[in-house]
Amino acid sequence: MDAGNLTLQYLLSGITKGSIYAVVAIGFNLIYSATGVLNFAQGEFVMLGGMVAVTLAHFVPLPVAVAGAVVIVALVGCLLEVLFFRKLRHHSVLHLIIITIGLSIVIQEAALHIWDEKVRSLPYFTGNEISSIKLFGAAISPQVIWVLATVAVTVAALHVFLKFTLPGRAMRACSSNPEAAMLAGINIPNMRTLSFGLSAALGALAGCVISPITMTHYESGAPLAIKGFAAAIVGGLGNPMAAVLGGLLVGVLEAFSVSRLPAAYNDVSAFAILLLVLFVRPHGLFGRPGGEAVREH
Amino acid sequence: MTRLRQLLPFALFALAMVATQGLLRALEMEYCLTQLTMALYYAIVVIGLCLVMGYAGQVSLGHGAFFAIGGYTSAVLTTHDFSRFKAAGWAGGLKQLHVFVGQQDLFGNQIMTVSPWAAFFAAMLLTLVVATLIGYPALRLKGHYLAMATLGFGLIVNKTVLGTAAFGAADGINGVPEWTLAPGLTICGKSAARVSNYYIAATLVLALLLLLRNLLHSRVGRALQAIHDRETAANAMGIDTAAYKLRAFVLSALLAALAGVFFTHYTAGIGPSEAGALKSVRYVALAAAGGMANLWGVTVMSTGLNYLSLRGLFGSYDHAVFGVILILIISIAPDGPLKPLGKWMGGLASRLRPEGRREHGAA
Repeated sequence: MDAGNLTLQYLLSGITKGSIYAVVAIGFNLIYSATGVLNFAQGEFVMLGGMVAVTLAHFVPLPVAVAGAVVIVALVGCLLEVLFFRKLRHHSVLHLIIITIGLSIVIQEAALHIWDEKVRSLPYFTGNEISSIKLFGAAISPQVIWVLATVAVTVAALHVFLKFTLPGRAMRACSSNPEAAMLAGINIPNMRTLSFGLSAALGALAGCVISPITMTHYESGAPLAIKGFAAAIVGGLGNPMAAVLGGLLVGVLEAFSVSRLPAAYNDVSAFAILLLVLFVRPHGLFGRPGGEAVREH
Repeated sequence: MTRLRQLLPFALFALAMVATQGLLRALEMEYCLTQLTMALYYAIVVIGLCLVMGYAGQVSLGHGAFFAIGGYTSAVLTTHDFSRFKAAGWAGGLKQLHVFVGQQDLFGNQIMTVSPWAAFFAAMLLTLVVATLIGYPALRLKGHYLAMATLGFGLIVNKTVLGTAAFGAADGINGVPEWTLAPGLTICGKSAARVSNYYIAATLVLALLLLLRNLLHSRVGRALQAIHDRETAANAMGIDTAAYKLRAFVLSALLAALAGVFFTHYTAGIGPSEAGALKSVRYVALAAAGGMANLWGVTVMSTGLNYLSLRGLFGSYDHAVFGVILILIISIAPDGPLKPLGKWMGGLASRLRPEGRREHGAA
């Protein structure tokens, strides 16, 4: 394989990973915009999505299993909001963030005890481990196409939802000015629940499509959460669509760092980008200074 | 009189420590002191975290990393063989100053390493620099950027340690030599030195608590309190909030590294899990469990819970227990379980007292 093809191979692998980070980052942003909470348990939604789908796939056809997993995890997301965040509205944001850290551990440990410490995965949606498609000379798995297509459709659908539907616009109103939204008759607590549910559903869907490639494990959520986090910061916190660019950027940089650095330092590059952006441009590469990112809740 | 009253908790703490040792000796359970000593060192990290969470109002998810920086710096410097520099002039000079010491490695070879004291100061210096570099930009921003920055930083430290052969990769570093603080006072894991090491750890905790109490009752402490209560108001009063937050963060990082150094000499080694995110989260859970801005609550809770965890009481639910504690404490009693309990007891006491002699706000 010549150098050009190798570069293309790295680029494609980076885009695949990056698109998953992008979905996690969008989930972060949805909750952050609606509630001001940085949800450290975001990665657990991805893990739960994969785990539930793998279990359901034993009993029902794959598409039904995936749909079931998305619905179940979305309900878990709503439940968490109602149980913990709705009641504790008067608590400081510091306390709410700490609770999400606690939830993340408890969900992980619950997954360890419900399932086990084994690595599992969904079957490939089409073909199998060895089937590949040639694209401009680079060999890619059909699952990669599935991941990219799913993410593209989801992001487009979310964009339409936020921009053109009534609940979507109500949700944006909540994040830009909760008091005005309330005066306009929007039920803010319900919108916050919706943001958790939507965010969880997105995470679960990402967890399902990525499962055949990266496998699902009770600890696989936390690293995704942090990369997604990095993507959200790089894009600019509070801006779901910039998160897509942030995610792709983190994914591609990570893929290329593998070709330069030992594999053990793989994650280090992603976190180094996070720190660098945080310190140099805290409002994100695509955000404006003084915008959402540094808003105090 | 008031001065004596303020020092009463310290005397009670010292008494409790002595009583615990006496009791364990009477029950012939002195082996428990080993885990208690380790729990006391971990408590220092949590006490430091109190400054950040309870007073500066920020979360640090990287205190495990600072503990590891302290421990690993010490471990590397005191086990690495610097013999090849023996001929160099500067090495001879450093040897004169007792920075370099000769000793035998595990296989009986004569090697030259950095002395534990010099390694300790190097660890502190490194932590000072790193904590300032992380804290300076993160604390200048509003919101919870420190949480994210420290989380990323902690993971970098963890992954770097895991991926670097010089840090022992997944095995960590073993064979860290003992550290003689003063003649007769040696930090080491030998069972003969178990009691003296327990008292070294207890004295260190007590000394640091005294230091922090004095700090918090000074101008710095009042400034931090004001920042915690209302940052904008504190700013308007002319308090440089970012500078005070940074000082609190750096000091707490130094405490974590200090604990790391002592812990590493005590257990003769350190592993990569000390820098893991779960360790850092555990410190946050313990600080929350103790009530954040409550030094005594935090000391008691973190020593107790870490002791139980080190004795393996929570079994396979070890991490889950700390997650549940975190959620329950914050949602039910965000000031920690001890404060409402104390209030309730105080209320009970004043109700029992004869009418008219009720006094409030004695503190």
